[in-house]
Amino acid sequence: MDFFTLTLIKAGIVAAILLTTLAYLQWAERKLLAHIQLRLGPSRVGPHGLLQPLADVIKLLTKEDLLPAHVNKTLYMIAPFLAIALALIPISVVPFGPEIEVFGVNTHLQLTDLNIGLLFILAISSVGVYSVVLAGWASNNKYALLGSLRSAAQMISYELPLAVALASALLMANTLSLREIADSQAGYYLGFIPRWSVFQLPMPQIISFAVFLIAGFAETNRIPFDLPEAETELVAGFHTEYSSMKFASFFMAEYANIITMTCIATLLFLGGWHPLWPAAYGSSFVPSIVFFSGSAIALYHGLHPARPKDRYSLPAVAIAFLVAGLLFLVPALGGILTPLFWFAAKSGFLLFLFIWVRGTLPRFRYDQLMRFAWTYLFPVAMANLLVTGVLVAVFA
Amino acid sequence: MSEPDLSSSSLTPAEEPTEGSTSRRRMVLNMGPQHPSTHGVLRIILELEGETILNATPDIGYLHTGIEKECEVKTYQQVVPLTDRVDYLANLSNNLGYSLAVEKLLQLEIPPKAQWMRVLLVELTRINSHLVWLGTHAMDIGAMTVFLYCFREREDLLRIFEMFSGQRMMTSYIRVGGLALEPPRGWEQAVGKFIDAFPSKLAEYEDLLTKNPIWMNRTKGVGFLALEDLLDCGVTGPMIRAAGMKWDIRKDEPYSSYDKFDFEIPTREASDVYARYEVRLEEMRQSVRIIRQAMDGMPEGAWVTSAPNVVLPEREKMKTQIEALIYHFKIVTEGFTVPAGEAYVCIESPRGELGYYVVSNGTSKPHRVFMRTPSFANLQALPDMVKGRLIADTIAALGSIDFVLGDVDR
Repeated sequence: MDFFTLTLIKAGIVAAILLTTLAYLQWAERKLLAHIQLRLGPSRVGPHGLLQPLADVIKLLTKEDLLPAHVNKTLYMIAPFLAIALALIPISVVPFGPEIEVFGVNTHLQLTDLNIGLLFILAISSVGVYSVVLAGWASNNKYALLGSLRSAAQMISYELPLAVALASALLMANTLSLREIADSQAGYYLGFIPRWSVFQLPMPQIISFAVFLIAGFAETNRIPFDLPEAETELVAGFHTEYSSMKFASFFMAEYANIITMTCIATLLFLGGWHPLWPAAYGSSFVPSIVFFSGSAIALYHGLHPARPKDRYSLPAVAIAFLVAGLLFLVPALGGILTPLFWFAAKSGFLLFLFIWVRGTLPRFRYDQLMRFAWTYLFPVAMANLLVTGVLVAVFA
Repeated sequence: MSEPDLSSSSLTPAEEPTEGSTSRRRMVLNMGPQHPSTHGVLRIILELEGETILNATPDIGYLHTGIEKECEVKTYQQVVPLTDRVDYLANLSNNLGYSLAVEKLLQLEIPPKAQWMRVLLVELTRINSHLVWLGTHAMDIGAMTVFLYCFREREDLLRIFEMFSGQRMMTSYIRVGGLALEPPRGWEQAVGKFIDAFPSKLAEYEDLLTKNPIWMNRTKGVGFLALEDLLDCGVTGPMIRAAGMKWDIRKDEPYSSYDKFDFEIPTREASDVYARYEVRLEEMRQSVRIIRQAMDGMPEGAWVTSAPNVVLPEREKMKTQIEALIYHFKIVTEGFTVPAGEAYVCIESPRGELGYYVVSNGTSKPHRVFMRTPSFANLQALPDMVKGRLIADTIAALGSIDFVLGDVDR
């Protein structure tokens, strides 16, 4: 199969999966937050509100696209497109799994393997600040301006600890290609401790992982660093004046950034698609076991229904889970799906962390946020980089 | 450009060329009246330099309902439902304040059961009001979950109020002469269940906030105002107790048998948002204590006073006794008359000193009802609290004042 066809197919698949994940990440966030907060969350559109993302898209598309009279029209129009475009690009260099063979074609589970993949992502995400600043400036609204100023300062400040935290992981991997970074974390110490960056000798990168996550929260404007859009202070921050799909672009960009951030964290610190323990001890059966137990639980609750309709809906879910679990046992599919499962599981856990924190913590104040970045996060990341550098130089 | 250049007028700030270079960097931000965290329709005009507040001017009056004036065309008993709407988070406190003032004019003796019942209900109201305060205050600072946890308990309270009066918020349950209705069957179980569970729920809020470093950063040292300045503004209630002054009307000028209850007045010295948070949380614990005492020692007897010219007669008597029928007719058609004179009664509402000044000219309608509302006085402290601080601190300070705009504007 020639290169272009293959790339087109892969791009289509990645785009479809990414956009679905985007939509359902919002659903998952609303649902999880709701359960943390003793609510039900979306429950009207489809079973368990599963069609809510679709309804939201339709709603946002059909809303009136307001263009306020006082805005700087060009920049006002450009900003949301810049936001969504820059948020979607980085996923193109993210590898989701190893090399696979489908219908006799060998390919990587990745759109493109740039040898400077990580730098590319960092560069793109830095440009992402522009969309926020332009939106705030062009809106000609005081709340939006304050929000975008906060955002500019915050994203630039937190980029430093973020990059420094990445650098210490890179010292260990000794490459900028994301695929090679993930591959450098394959294998196990003593046959069972994974060689992920967070465990890898000579310097386990636990500290830089923590710094990266914290800075990641700030980069994606999430609680406790959601100052640019702190709704209780700045109404809606930089996107106060945006409506309809323009607002949706910012919204989607935020979630796309979260997904990119978790993907990078998984690849750099959590060993990408490499399982927690070796296949020799049965790690390749984990997906099946997870799906089978999910199936069993659904079946049990289907047989003891809390609501009458559960008698029919939950067994259907159980069958779907059973099929999914069986798919992992098919030898030809198992090799493709198992790495993807591990990658999704690790990223999913980090995504859950993002939502969990949102349900728990209050918000920093602007000056505290800056002080935190410069007086704690940055020095810690620097110290970690130095120690890693020395240890790598001595032992490697 | 043919259109007026709006881009420069709104981004560059109110120019005042006569002043120095700093004035050119100033921006006037109109926070409210429609804003997520001004708790209603408060408008604050902020003069900013960057995010630093140079001046803050609260602008009130968006919720002015003319309740005080309206009282003058209602009979004395008809005023009670109006007092519900003044401070809509502490309805029963307002009912009580007004009833006490009119009872003072009428020189009525309230039976002990009614007094203890009033104490119990007013303390439940205090918890209710503090729960709304805690929830909204925490949400302003970004802790969204606390809000929903608080409203879970508030729901239980509103059900209790509904059980008593048939209404969740606008209860009008405390009336001139006693209570509106006989306490419902099973209220002991409902209230008992609530106060048994409540301390553990309080611990839950504390888990999320009290020791949380972000919460402490956002609240400690924020919104500080010295006690003298607070007193100059006429601030009362939890805010001055958080500044170290042990002033609580329940203790210092007891009304409605508060002197028979054993409770503490929590105080703190710091006079910042965190101190106010601690004081209010402790007050909720003390309220639970008072409610428990009120339940344990609830006296037997009548729940309204026996003043036939003020209190409606029992249905049974009305059908059998001509006097009762006449009184019923008189009270329903023209209300009861109150001897000419004036009375001021103040009580400790959840927000501070709530005073009712009632002037009677001897008819069945008050000549004047003046409400000394705590929110109005407390809000005056805001500009001094936030001057020189950041926008985010305004939000924290606003929340710590715990005002209700109905109470400010009346």
